[in-house]
Amino acid sequence: MRAKVWRRFRKHKLALAGLGVVTLFVALCVFVPWLASYDAGKTHLDLMREPPSPAHIFGTDELGRDLFVRLWDGGRVSILIGVATMLMAISIGTTIGSIAGFYGGRIDNFLMRFTDYMLAIPQLFLLLILAQLLRSTNNPTLSGGPMPIIIIIGILVWPPIARLVRGQFLSLKAKEFVEAARMSGTRNFRIIFRHILPNAASPIIVAATLRVGAAIITESTLSFLGFGVQPPTATWGNMLKNAQAQMTYAPWTAIFPGLAILFTVLSLNYIGDGLRDALDPHHVE
Amino acid sequence: MTNYIIRRIIQAIPLLLVISLTVFVLMNLIPGGPLAAYENNPNISAEDLMRLKKELGLDAPIHERYVNWLFAVIRGDWGISEVTRRPALIEISEKIPNTLYLSFTAFILALLISIPIGVFSAIRQYSWFDHLMTTIAFIGQAMPIFWFGLIVIIIFNVTLKSPDTGGPLLPGGGMFTIGAPFSFEDRLRHLILPASVLVFFSLGHHIRYMRAGMLDVLHQDYIRTAYAKGLHERAVLVKHAFKNAVQPLVTIIGLEIPGLFAGAVITETIFSWPGMGRLFFNSIERGDYAVMMGVLMMSATLIVLFGLITDIVYAFLDPRIRFD
Repeated sequence: MRAKVWRRFRKHKLALAGLGVVTLFVALCVFVPWLASYDAGKTHLDLMREPPSPAHIFGTDELGRDLFVRLWDGGRVSILIGVATMLMAISIGTTIGSIAGFYGGRIDNFLMRFTDYMLAIPQLFLLLILAQLLRSTNNPTLSGGPMPIIIIIGILVWPPIARLVRGQFLSLKAKEFVEAARMSGTRNFRIIFRHILPNAASPIIVAATLRVGAAIITESTLSFLGFGVQPPTATWGNMLKNAQAQMTYAPWTAIFPGLAILFTVLSLNYIGDGLRDALDPHHVE
Repeated sequence: MTNYIIRRIIQAIPLLLVISLTVFVLMNLIPGGPLAAYENNPNISAEDLMRLKKELGLDAPIHERYVNWLFAVIRGDWGISEVTRRPALIEISEKIPNTLYLSFTAFILALLISIPIGVFSAIRQYSWFDHLMTTIAFIGQAMPIFWFGLIVIIIFNVTLKSPDTGGPLLPGGGMFTIGAPFSFEDRLRHLILPASVLVFFSLGHHIRYMRAGMLDVLHQDYIRTAYAKGLHERAVLVKHAFKNAVQPLVTIIGLEIPGLFAGAVITETIFSWPGMGRLFFNSIERGDYAVMMGVLMMSATLIVLFGLITDIVYAFLDPRIRFD
């Protein structure tokens, strides 16, 4: 099964390229800040806003920090936020969706009304209110760091996943193999996790891939509006926020973090696309 | 059908009430509030502050203030803005035309461009045109909108110069030149950059949905039948395929129309556009509860309303769907 999926995935050239780019970026995030001769946060006031040169290949910012090192240092936080919110959204969405779809009736009705309620609140507005709320606590663990951003994005973006999972459960629970498991006395909990969920995994995996990229963009938007992770911690989002004031005379400060987001999210979206084709059992070659 | 619509509207009321209550509580948990600026001012005495609080009704406990807000909605002024001392509804309704002028122009343009592209991409699947358009759609969805906006400003406002005046090629902020007499051309020039940014962003979405919908439909038996009857390609595509293929796009549009307000927060902020999004952003910064509540609840109501409209349009497009 796995070999077959990989064989089909490999045919999607752009998805394969995307996988390459993401792997490269993760490697750069791990190794560059660790091995580089410059420190990501170290300021050099004699080297302010140096354009890209052999010594600083992505240039420096208004405090003389090397942007190449800072970019991959910030990438650690941005990618962490992407992956962690994805895990949160998938856990909440899958739990709610599978309970609603499996049990049906009143439970389903209640959980779906709750999902509708979450979907009816304008997302960006609620994000901003929550971010402002956390920021104003002035508590160092709650404001400024990546953790609160992960939590507020994670608790807001699960509803579409819950709907997706519920849909899968509704169609799968009527299948013979579920009936067979039930007949043999398998407990509900086990039916949900061992019998139905693995069969519903494909669309969840695809949604998870797309979710990572979407969260990276959301983080950057929040940071841009001043509600995200606060400096000196770098993220791709707050590097862009920082670049906004000086982009007319130091455009490299804005170009590289933006391209990093663009290539990461584009790659993740192509990977999602490739996975969709590769995991689809009704796939036509 | 009428029964169905009435039932849905009745269901929406408790939903909106719960949303308004949640948001109201969350907002009031934010310390500071509209009087934060006065609290830090040593020239304002504690008595004055108390009097101001009383005047604005901020001294009451939170449940009382929520009820007051509900009455203000029924009364029709949506509460008095704690910052400008004007009714929130007036503050908001002044901004609505500006927002609609920008976001609906962009929305209509995006549809006019993306529908033909999506249809053509599907008909010529895997042609160079299809590959090019799919790539553009993917790129549009992978960028933060504010970054694209900033790049557009760097190129068309900062770098490129107008050959006539030597000034910037296109204005990068505001709705019109301040102080200049009204001119249609001036308005249009200010609209170009923000509208293009919005168009580019919805384009990707729309093309992908239109293309996917069309591809689905083109493989159906009734399309083969239509061809087999000897109908022209044009007739098959327009009469048989399009009406069914456009359904996924209709869903997306229904979700997007209320979002035109929210999506504009960023674009309006970058281009200093005096609309709803920027109003909301400013009201958060200033702790202007009444305006925040107003903008949020207006959006939430639109989301619920367009959810209903989408379902009705569905029934119109697909006669198999019945509601009773």
